[in-house]
Amino acid sequence: MAQALEADPNVEMILGLGTDEPKVPLERTEFVRADQTYSILNRIVRATQVDTIVHTFLKTNSVGISSRVLHEINVIGTLNLLAAAGAPGTSVRQVVVKSSTHVYGASEKDPTWFREETGRNAPVRTRLERSLIEVEALVRDFIMDNPQFVVSVLRFAHVLGTDIETPITADLRRRLLPCIAGFDPLVQFVEEDDVVRALEHVTRHRIPGIFNVAGAGKLPWSEVASIAGAFLFPLPPINPRSFARPFRLLGLIQFPVEMESLLRFGRGVDTSRLIETGFAYRYSSAGAVESLAQANNLRRAVGDNQPTYRYEQDVEQFFQHSPAVVRGVDG
Amino acid sequence: MTSDAPDTSRTSQRNLRNAGNTGPGGAEVIHQSNIKGSSSRSSSASASAEARSGRTPSPNLPVAVPRVDSPPVNDPRRSDVDEWGRSEHLRSVARRLYGPLYRRWFRVEWEGLEKIPKTGGALLVANHAGAIPSDAPAIMHGIEEELGRPVYGMADYFFRKVPVVGTLWSRAGGVAAHPDNAYRLLHDQGQLSLVFPEGTKGPSKSYADRYRLRRFGRGGFVEIAMRSGVPVIPIAVVGAEESMPILFRMNGLAKVLKLPYFPVTANDLAFGPLLGKVAYFPAKIKIRVLDPVTFDVDPGLERYSKSRVMDEAEHIRAKLQDTLHDMLRERRSVWFG
Repeated sequence: MAQALEADPNVEMILGLGTDEPKVPLERTEFVRADQTYSILNRIVRATQVDTIVHTFLKTNSVGISSRVLHEINVIGTLNLLAAAGAPGTSVRQVVVKSSTHVYGASEKDPTWFREETGRNAPVRTRLERSLIEVEALVRDFIMDNPQFVVSVLRFAHVLGTDIETPITADLRRRLLPCIAGFDPLVQFVEEDDVVRALEHVTRHRIPGIFNVAGAGKLPWSEVASIAGAFLFPLPPINPRSFARPFRLLGLIQFPVEMESLLRFGRGVDTSRLIETGFAYRYSSAGAVESLAQANNLRRAVGDNQPTYRYEQDVEQFFQHSPAVVRGVDG
Repeated sequence: MTSDAPDTSRTSQRNLRNAGNTGPGGAEVIHQSNIKGSSSRSSSASASAEARSGRTPSPNLPVAVPRVDSPPVNDPRRSDVDEWGRSEHLRSVARRLYGPLYRRWFRVEWEGLEKIPKTGGALLVANHAGAIPSDAPAIMHGIEEELGRPVYGMADYFFRKVPVVGTLWSRAGGVAAHPDNAYRLLHDQGQLSLVFPEGTKGPSKSYADRYRLRRFGRGGFVEIAMRSGVPVIPIAVVGAEESMPILFRMNGLAKVLKLPYFPVTANDLAFGPLLGKVAYFPAKIKIRVLDPVTFDVDPGLERYSKSRVMDEAEHIRAKLQDTLHDMLRERRSVWFG
């Protein structure tokens, strides 16, 4: 995201905030390490007079994270972020929130395509969904309290890509895809490049509103396995979670609780609203799967790409921050 | 995350476009060096064009600008399963298997098939009967064979919860009955879709109540047809009642199994409790298509007059009931028609 924005000469300054160092080379972005609840954000906003906050830190899967931490990150983090954005005398005018289509749940009563205003049918059983719904409620309150803000909420379908680790990408990499026997749900994916481009699109053009973001089309889970060259690992329809437990502990599969209803009923979201704002996807749902499968094939053949940018980054850091560099001479 | 090169080109294209299209507006975008932008984790500020010029947020969009930078999206599908879960391949296999049953067992006879349009959406509305209804496959098979166009059968969402059955039903053209689904099928895609407004009340009634139409839900099917701007085509089916007549229902067992109803049928007595769930009696099935009903209302509205909807639903129900009585009067034998 930051890389995409750096390419725009109209953006004067980019400030990154996160708990980990960025994993990609960033030329102009300044990065600040913060705790996971963004408690420091208020001061940063005041100090830097930013006008846009892009909130991409929400957890959208519950693997390896306790429910308390999940709550801290998603709900409290968003609370602090919105509080900082809406503080008196704020310079912020735009907030972009990256949410997930998990807010729709998955149940047998669902329509084939969820529109942004379609309500959810499934009872909220998992803590992940509960936290995401709570976050969206916070955002809704924020919009009501601060109507002058441009607020965009992007609900992303399952993200696939080599740079992102989700239960599904992990399963696809291991070529072992859990499924529930007797069910072959239709699912939707979005490629990580499209995720970044969608965030960039609404940020750059300041488009307010709630938008579904997912690649075109739905495909059956079995077809996902076939495109990715993965084997299906059938779990019994009754209590699949406890059956999967030993395999999860062995690290053979990942099967977070929010996947269970998805693997029965699937989910599809209508993305026409975002497309009408002028956004063009580069990948369909099936295309996202294929692109990841090809990247995985490459990785199997030549091993992981070694990060080659560390050196340049260090040099860049030196130019930016070292007192030895004479400012104003070169650029 | 993303490669820099394409983004750079996108950006420059956009700026060129801005400069070309908006003249002074383009310059505005360029003189932004004193505006600060930033964000959490990343972010930006193409800043303030909208605040300064007082425009709505959207004029900045590349509206109506041909998108030169979007190559056709590659969609490497491997199966022919469509967005509804229907697979034409599996559907044709199902038709091949069902064909002999349709021709030799039920000896299905149609009347007025020409009233079903060859193109465009229409909502087919039929009576529903038999413990495990034999009318839906007969109607879908007949229309698909004769007219060569797909029929999507709308069914209670309960189906989707059942392993294997739910998936097969969906691949064979079944769609969960949801207003959004019906609207998309009828209005956006101009498909034929088949509904049974009686819902599970139709097939769950016992043999003593045969050919007595149940309440037509809440008239939702009329509202869908009005909103989609398609005709309702009522279809009367005779014979399905006798193919699997219900003697009584076991409500307690149904509750335990979380089924809408658990029937005990004459077929269970004749063929045993397992085979009896799939073996139909060879009742002659006759299907009569009634004249399409159109509504003189604007399509696309959010709501329609409830009284009008209920009147139309009741009107269609009465016509269907009369037709059933006519057909039964003319029928001389349950087995030979």
